[in-house]
Amino acid sequence: MNFDFLFNNFAQLTVTGLAFGAIYALIALGYTMVYGVLQLINFAHSEVFMYGTFAALWTVMALGGDENTSGLNVVLILGASLAGAMAMSAAIALLLERVAYRPLIKRNAPRLIALISAIGASFVLAELMGLRDRVAGWFGLDDNLSQYVGGARINRSMPGIIEPHGLFSIGGYRVTTIDVVVIGAAIVMMIALDQVVRRSRFGRGIRATAQDPETAALMGVNSTRAVQITFLLGGLMAGAAAFLYMLKIETTKFDVGFLLGVKAFTAAVLGGIGNLRGALVGGLVLGVAENWGSALFGSQWRDVVAFVLLVVILLFRPTGILGESLGKART
Amino acid sequence: MPDVPTAQSVSPARPRKRVLEVDSLTLKFGGLTALDDVSFHIEEGEILGLIGPNGAGKTTCFNAVTGVYRPTSGDIRFDGQSVAGVKRFKITQRGIARTFQNIRLFKAMTALENVLVGTDAKHSTGIASALFRLPRHRREEEQGHDRAMELLRFMGIANKADELAANLSYGDQRRLEIARAMATDPKLLCLDEPAAGFNPAEKAKLMELIRKVRDQGYTVLLIEHDMRLVMGVTDRIVVLEFGQKIAEGAPAEIRDNPAVIAAYLGVDEDDAS
Amino acid sequence: MTNGHALKQQAAGLRARIVGLPKGAKIVLWVLIALLAYALPLLEPPLLSTPGTDFGGVLFTVTVYMLVALGLNIVVGYAGLLDLGYVGFYAIGAYTAAVLTSFHGNWPLLLALPMAVLATTISGVLLGWPTLRVRGDYLAIVTLGFGEIIRLVAVNTEWLGAAKGISQIARPPSVELFEVPHLHWDGWVPLLDFNDTTTFIKFGVLDQIPYYWMGLTVVIVVLFADRLVKDSRVGRAWEATREDEDAAELMGVPTFRFKLLAFASGAFIGGLAGALYASRQNFINPLSFLLLFSILFLAAVVVGGQGNRWGVMVGAFLVAYLPERFREFAEFRVLVFGLALMLLAIFRPEGLLPPRRTLRAKQMEQEIEALEEGVDDEEGARA
Repeated sequence: MNFDFLFNNFAQLTVTGLAFGAIYALIALGYTMVYGVLQLINFAHSEVFMYGTFAALWTVMALGGDENTSGLNVVLILGASLAGAMAMSAAIALLLERVAYRPLIKRNAPRLIALISAIGASFVLAELMGLRDRVAGWFGLDDNLSQYVGGARINRSMPGIIEPHGLFSIGGYRVTTIDVVVIGAAIVMMIALDQVVRRSRFGRGIRATAQDPETAALMGVNSTRAVQITFLLGGLMAGAAAFLYMLKIETTKFDVGFLLGVKAFTAAVLGGIGNLRGALVGGLVLGVAENWGSALFGSQWRDVVAFVLLVVILLFRPTGILGESLGKART
Repeated sequence: MPDVPTAQSVSPARPRKRVLEVDSLTLKFGGLTALDDVSFHIEEGEILGLIGPNGAGKTTCFNAVTGVYRPTSGDIRFDGQSVAGVKRFKITQRGIARTFQNIRLFKAMTALENVLVGTDAKHSTGIASALFRLPRHRREEEQGHDRAMELLRFMGIANKADELAANLSYGDQRRLEIARAMATDPKLLCLDEPAAGFNPAEKAKLMELIRKVRDQGYTVLLIEHDMRLVMGVTDRIVVLEFGQKIAEGAPAEIRDNPAVIAAYLGVDEDDAS
Repeated sequence: MTNGHALKQQAAGLRARIVGLPKGAKIVLWVLIALLAYALPLLEPPLLSTPGTDFGGVLFTVTVYMLVALGLNIVVGYAGLLDLGYVGFYAIGAYTAAVLTSFHGNWPLLLALPMAVLATTISGVLLGWPTLRVRGDYLAIVTLGFGEIIRLVAVNTEWLGAAKGISQIARPPSVELFEVPHLHWDGWVPLLDFNDTTTFIKFGVLDQIPYYWMGLTVVIVVLFADRLVKDSRVGRAWEATREDEDAAELMGVPTFRFKLLAFASGAFIGGLAGALYASRQNFINPLSFLLLFSILFLAAVVVGGQGNRWGVMVGAFLVAYLPERFREFAEFRVLVFGLALMLLAIFRPEGLLPPRRTLRAKQMEQEIEALEEGVDDEEGARA
């Protein structure tokens, strides 16, 4: 175990870990809310995120952003990219709810079947993106959109609009603008979501449906609407995460969702499934743990950290760090 | 209102064995005290009624006796041995069986299979015996089968043996649950509102059935809301209210007990069923 | 609507006739079916045969998937445990065989097989012990986690061949006795081709049919074992646990023990399948044990009809065979698979061949619905 490496780079590992963790946390929100309301593991949420990354990329490309862009244009383009990502992710999330889940929810399908539908939807969405050049071909658009749909199954990179430059130092590590933006934006979004869920009418409807769908319906809560809003909010968060991801990692691929999705789900469970703040805590803990873990054991074990944490938390504290919350206590 | 026939009164020459002793049982869930220092006992061959208004703690008491809940304090002794904290399936193997207020049959299994699960409780066939069809498996299967059909006949539903439990009528489902519980070869049979949803004719038949069950040698603990049924079939009654025992005695005494009447607050016998 | 109904009645009638046959006749029928199965690759049927890929090899893969489906069916279909990490058992079986016969030893396959199965069963018990106490949904995720951990450990551990994998895995022992001719189809006319033969029984590289025969034999044995165990106290305990675990416990079923037994049985069969697979492949690497396969295995069980051993075998056949038969559509394989899962979940969640009781329950539901609608119609008509 490489303790030296861990100590020498502690600041960097922790800060970048928090940045990654913030992204996990935003994606985790989608999982945790859907599970809290429907007791359904939204396997396809990873694709909701993935589509957001492409939307972020395509928006920048469409607006002609590149290394030469500067000043106000940078802010505008990035803003548009964020909006594009959030809109795309939200749209995919709503589509998912309508097509893959609503028919099953209506007839109270057993867990396994809902999971199967979710897995199927996940594959379909990922493959459609992976085959996007073929799909565009069916509509005769492959020439026009070639720069967007080209390179279907390989990495696509974001034009480097932002040069990450250092802002300040902590413990020997120069914290970059991007780190700050990622962590800051994530926290802002989460506070916003928390307020919506706790204060707004929609939020009350969601919480009521999570705790007792029948009584909520009797009290006039439109459960279909509540579910839709749950998916919408989760999608918006995932879209924001997608934008931040593209800012930090700068590349994406049709199957980028899977691993990130599992890790985000781990984060949700870690913090306490159904618990919004738990998603934040879980995400940050996971991000930092992954970094420390790869420093200690070697980067090839990075992904194992997430899975081992997942297994350990489920065995010893299945209710997570902050405990379950959105839904009622289930025996 | 004709005189309700009391069950045979017991004036033993010698004291009968105590099958179940509930000793200062207290059960708390977080801040809520579901049962508060409840004590009573059941003697062999008795039919004991456990009554009380809704929320009094009757099913909670059942759950404690059958091992679903662990007592916060106090003890429950079955045949002299404590069952507090013992695993549920072990308690059933020792001899306590139950039915459920809201019927919990194995829906995808046939009536016969449901009862067979009950007979399996005392069997020891494992995967090896099953795989190689060893004598133990054959013997236990035959015994189980015979006993199960016997019980189905006793309950009057033998003709439904191959029907899926989910497809049985409500009354048959209740009877099946009792058969399944009896199949575990218990000493103490706990029935949780077995007459819920029955019409008066069916309730009368059920009363007969419970008496026949007792005559077969079982001891019965019965939760029921229907006063006529309770008065008609039980030997003794324990009354709970808000988790506490407020009365205990023969049906005739309970009927006239002011505390009990007050607990039910104006609901008198004629309207109860 | 009426045509479909008539067909269903005919099928039911045919089924009743077959079930009603005397025992001797049934045994003969089964033997004939088994013989047909063994002969299948030799017959090279025109529509079934896979162009471009060795048909025997494809059929062997089908038998491996059938084994996996049977094993997973015990866990998911009988005991009702949601397992998303079954590929882990498959991998442990394969790697044990590989390590013993090639990488760190020179064991003959027939000795390595029992060890592989033993190792996998033990791992099943070790995995099940802590995790089976966990609630349904979480069990799925924990098993998924374990499956991935096993794969990642294999990828990163030199002793297990790391990413390169392990090659030169032992084949089953060969005894060359006689040659069996294939059938050759001239249009629709079958001819015996004595130039195209399979040696009984040689486990070589080119001709995969002997592997298929081996796989098929194992499947038949496991089928028998499955039947024996299901029709016993063990099978009842599993079903009761699946239906209502708490009620089962209160009826005297030691549910934890039986859940563990289901897990161990599933592991046993999964490990066996993995070891056989490794032997035919002669080479394994971690890419053969992705999460995707756990999902494929689960799909085979759910698509076929969880809880019905024949159903899951049909599911296994479809999942293993269709991609090979329609190789030209390889690009769209996963997409079609995903669509199939979604459609199945929405329109036929019980699977293609659900256990008879699921069908009976569904039938009852439909009859009740029909009755209710009939009453409404009457009342409407009178109004």
